Order: sequence, then C-alpha cells, then structure tokens
Amino acid sequence: MDKWIKTKNNTKLNLSDIPVLKIEELRDGIIELNHRPIGFFGKNWGFGLTRLFVILADDENGDLYVSSAMFSAEQKSYESLTQIIPAFHIFEREFYEQFGIEPLNHPWLKPVRQNQDEYKFFEMQGEEVHQVAVGPIHAGVIEPGHFRFMCNGETVYHLEIMLGYQHRGVEELMVKSPSNQLAESICGDSVIAYNTAYSNIMEILKGIEISNKAQLIRKAALEMERMAIHIGDLGAISGDIAYLMGASVFGATRTLVINSMLEFSGSRFGRGLITVGGVNYDFTPEKRNHVLETLSKVIKDVERMTNTMVKNSTVMSRLEKTGTVSEERAKEAGLVGMAAKASGVDLDSRFDFPDKWMEKLEFTKRGFKATGDVNARFKLRYKEILQSYSMIKKIFAKLAEYENEPLFVDTNMNLEKDAFAISIVEGWRGEVVHIALTDDSGNLSHYKIKDPSFNNWYGLALAVRNNGVSDFPLCNKSFDLSYAGNDL
Amino acid sequence: MFDTLKARYYQGKQYIKDIQKAQMREEFRGFPILFEGESCDENICPTGALKTNPLSIDMGKCTFCGACERASKAIQFTNGYKLTSSDRNKLIVTPEVSYEYYLKTAVEAKEEIVKTFGHSLKFRQVSAAGCNGCEMELNACSNVNFDMGRYGIDFVASPRHADGIVITGPISENMAYALEDCYKSVPNPKLVVLCGACAISGGVFQNSAKLNREFLEKYPIDLYIPGCPVHPLTFINGILSYIRK
Repeated sequence: MDKWIKTKNNTKLNLSDIPVLKIEELRDGIIELNHRPIGFFGKNWGFGLTRLFVILADDENGDLYVSSAMFSAEQKSYESLTQIIPAFHIFEREFYEQFGIEPLNHPWLKPVRQNQDEYKFFEMQGEEVHQVAVGPIHAGVIEPGHFRFMCNGETVYHLEIMLGYQHRGVEELMVKSPSNQLAESICGDSVIAYNTAYSNIMEILKGIEISNKAQLIRKAALEMERMAIHIGDLGAISGDIAYLMGASVFGATRTLVINSMLEFSGSRFGRGLITVGGVNYDFTPEKRNHVLETLSKVIKDVERMTNTMVKNSTVMSRLEKTGTVSEERAKEAGLVGMAAKASGVDLDSRFDFPDKWMEKLEFTKRGFKATGDVNARFKLRYKEILQSYSMIKKIFAKLAEYENEPLFVDTNMNLEKDAFAISIVEGWRGEVVHIALTDDSGNLSHYKIKDPSFNNWYGLALAVRNNGVSDFPLCNKSFDLSYAGNDL
Repeated sequence: MFDTLKARYYQGKQYIKDIQKAQMREEFRGFPILFEGESCDENICPTGALKTNPLSIDMGKCTFCGACERASKAIQFTNGYKLTSSDRNKLIVTPEVSYEYYLKTAVEAKEEIVKTFGHSLKFRQVSAAGCNGCEMELNACSNVNFDMGRYGIDFVASPRHADGIVITGPISENMAYALEDCYKSVPNPKLVVLCGACAISGGVFQNSAKLNREFLEKYPIDLYIPGCPVHPLTFINGILSYIRK
C-alpha cells in the first residue's frame, strides 16, 4: 500500500482510499516527503481508537498529499515530528491537547486553547531580567489574548503568546449545525474567505458545480475583502507610529471599500453574500460600474498617501528593520500567507493551487523584494492592494460574459458518504484551510479549520525578539493576526 | 511637505455632518417589517430569531443575513438602522410594530443617566470571544467618518477611567473571569452595553458548550444594540438615544 494518496485543492477523497499506517511509518513518510503541513488533526475513531490525519502541501506542483495513522487505546505517545520539522510544533500541541497522545521530546509542549491555568511560561533568570504581562484585555478595541514579555530593560528577549480566550467550540458546532452564517462568524474580518471555504466544502460533498457567474462574484468579493482590510491595516500601522494623517486617510478610504461591499451585499463585510450553491446577491453592471468608480478613487488616495509616507524619513525610520523575521526562520516556523511572503517565502494559494480563472484571466504572481521587517509587511500590503484592484477590474469585465447565468443552483441533495473534502482559500492573511469528513449515513462527522494565524502567531514572537517592548504594538499590527481564527 | 499638504487637500471633509440623520444605503438590512398572512418556515433561520406562531423576529438573535426575506414575503428588511433598545423584550418585533413606533418606544432614557453621562461617556470595550466583526465596527466609530468623539463618547484603555463596558461576543468560558474582573474595576455608577447578536443572545454560537453567560444574569444590562456586526451608525445613535434627551 502506498504511504500517501495524492490529490488537488477543492476535491474529495473516499475515506477508504486514505492509507492507514502505523505512526512510525507515517512519521518516516512525512520526514521523507518533507512538504509543508496544512492539516494534522485527530478524530475519535470509536472503540478507543484515534485516527490521525495528515495533509502536506506541495506548493510548487499544486499537489496535496493525504495519509493517516491509527492509535490504539493503549498507545499514548509517539516520537514528535517537531524535533525534525519545527513547523509541526503547533499542530502537535493541538493534537496533544485534544487527544492526550503525547509527542515525545516536543520542545514546546504547551496548551493551545484550553487549560490556561496550567500554562508554564518560559522564564529567564538574571538581575536585569523582568517580565511584562499584557492581556487578555488589551488597551484598544481588539480581541483578547495574553502576552508575556521577558525583557532586559527595554529590549525584549522573548515573547510568549497565550491564547484560547476566544474558544467557542466552532468545530463542534460546524458538525452539529453547519450554516453559512456560522462560517461567516468564525473570523469576522475574513468573512468572504471563510464562507467561500465552507461553501466549497459543502458543494464538493454534494457534487455541485456552481455557475461561472457565482464563482467570479466570490472571487471579486475575496479581493475586495483583501483590499479593505489591507487599507485598514495601513491606517492602523500609521496610527501605531503616530502618523495620524495616514491613519485618517486610510481609515476614510477603507470606509469607501467596505461601503462598496454594502452596495453589493447589504453588509459592510459581505455577510449574506455567499451561500452553498452560489451567491445570494448579483453584482449588476450598474453596481459594478459604480463600485469601480469608487475603487479607482480609493486607489488614487492609497497611492498618494503611501508615496507621501515612504518619502518621509521619520516614518521610514520606524518601519525599517523593526520586527524582522528572516527567510530561514519563517520557513522553519512554517509561516504562511502575507507574513511569509514579507520574509521571502513565496506562498500564495491563489497561485499555488490555482482554479480555472487564474489562467483564463491571466493572473500571475508578482515578485516582491522581501526584507522581513515591518516595512516589508507595509509595502506588501500596498502591492497587494494594487494587485487586487487590477484583479477586480478583470473579474468585473469577465462577469459581463455571464450576465444570464443563475446566481445559485439547486442544493437539495445529500452529502457524499464516507468522504473527505479539502478546500484552501487564500484570505488576506493567508491560506484558510477547511477539511470535512462524513460518516456512512452522509452526515458531517468532523470539521477541521486552520486559520493562517495558527501558523503565524509564533512568527510574531520571533519578530519582536531584540526589539524595544514599545515597538510591540507596531510589530503586532504589521502581522494583524486573528485570535478568533486561532482559538476557534 | 508639499506632498503631505496635497494628500490632505484631496481628502477634504470626510465626516458625516449629522449622525442622527445620516442616510443609509437602500441595500442595508436593518429593521424588519413583518406581514401577517404570508407563509414562512422558521427553520430557515440559523439562530432561531424567527418565530411563526405568532409571527415575530427577535433582533437580539437575528444576524440580518436575509435568508428569511429571500424565502418568504412575510419578512422585509428595511434600511432602518436605529435598532437599539433598553429593554430586551422590545427587540422582539411583531407585525404590529412599525419602525416609527419602535423608534419612539425602544429606548427609555432615564433622567439620572442623561444628567450623569449626557456630556461625557467613556467606555471600556471587552471582546468576550467576539469574531472581530463588531470590534472592527466599534473601531470604525472613532474614525474620521463617524467621529464619535465629538459627542463626548470614547473608548478608553483602563476600566478605572471608564463609565461602563461594551461587551461583544458570546462570552466564552475562558473570558468569563476577565470580563467580570473588568466590570468590577469600573467605578460606580456604570453602564453595561451588549453589542451584537452574539453578546445579546449567543447568536450563531448559542448552542455551544464552551460559553459561560452567567455574567448577564448577575449584573443589570442597560442597553442592547443589535446587528451582526453592529453598524457604527447603529452604535453611535443607540448610545446617543440613551444619554441625550
């Protein structure tokens, strides 16, 4: 039997086709293949058994490798993968927390979302060393999380991030009562990305092909979401370096983008737009023209403001060489999406796992001169805003060809039995991965979500090392990671 | 220098002149109007906000997703964005309740509240497992468009400086302690505002086993602001209707 079954993005597998190995075999297989993990999760398999599923991504060829291992009730440990491939660290911690199967010799085996009372912080000894504890409630209007800095004077030696305050049991709810509305509320700043991934999963399992029109509308909405949040983040970064005009201008331009979304869907974040089987609201030619007009104004404002900012030496001195993550560290820690790109690891699932539109509309990856610091993450956002705008223009033009297609198709069929479906959608932070399993009567039996923040929180911890503690807000905002998406 | 002035010049004036009379786009899904006699299926509602016998919508549970409106003629969402109420029960809209009637009766501004907080009201915001939707909209309240600060309403960093707390999210077990701690740190007299479907009723998470909503039973709630997420105009007008006459 082969160790792996190879598949593509947005596909389903028969559960019986996924190899079941011994954990030692699977471990060897993972090390041998040495691809990036995008899924590593357990499922209770009845009779005290636990089945561990692993999905590895081959980004160069756009392939996914799936396999699994079975643990008997007595088997309570295995040799950890993190020792050899550090990118597995957070996945193994999660697996341990949920199933009590210990990855031996894991260097950083701490709680992920639960048992916060038992969390043991890394401590440094020394006369000059002191700790700064922040959170769970922060100074601004943001989500909760606890940060513990080990400092020497102003310099941060190490930052530990303890999350889990946002844990709402999303994955259990997705099995019990899946809905588009729930998918939208998993991570409220990536409504379109999450809802697209969830809808993809349900459509794959029902065997539905949605209309071209609906596909294009979803794609345009995803790019609008990227534009809006990136502009908002440029404003927030400006605010954190006390460049208030940037904060005001970007804040006001972001309003225009999300109000355009309201024009299309009745919600500033595109809630209610996407549904299983298609979309609920049409992007009519009149609305498209009006929105394009607005967006072209937005782009002019963003260009003008960004260019003014980067010419300003006091701005650049705050952005450059602050919160640097090297390419080597980014790869090692398994960073994904925007944070990885800014450090020179070119991951973008829109291009790595392309759908038919990427070729038809001639979207191509653009190079980026990565320096890994706040400046890189600032400029990357700016570049992505411009790219998203050009993509939106092309998508809107293409939509004209499908004016008569339906918005949604019939979804009144059952889910495929004993199936395993994967969908990866590139949200503005990076890859949003949804995985679903069904049982022998065609009901969802397991739902797994991986937000890009799940990988990237550790990147933030690396970024603030040897920076002043007062630069933490700036570093944090340059990553702008999700607490809700991580805690689920 | 010249570039900076140019960028500033192009921005012009961004603020909404009169928040209380601001126009909302037609497409916005706000206050629902119900029509008796049309058939509808309450199972279409993902949060159980829609009841058919008798017909009603609970705005405290509603995510304003529009699913019921698309499926039945019994429900129509208007662009009415002033949704706030000081009474939980008034959030339940029946066919008899018109938007005009709701506006007149939903918020009961008490004399002592107007006197105490009418000119300055500082909030500590607590995100208790909020998805970041309401949080982003609350941040937007302070941007140059909505500029909530002009009414003396602001978010502050310390609960010691605050006159009340604004809660978003369904309140997870893991946030229950911090939330209560924060509430206790706010000096008296203080307000509690629930912001969004999750905070008011648990919203789409109401059946989760990982929530702990005891806080809401223990302490008095002053204001309920519906939405998913709450629109900045809804929030600012909601607060204003409670602290100004």
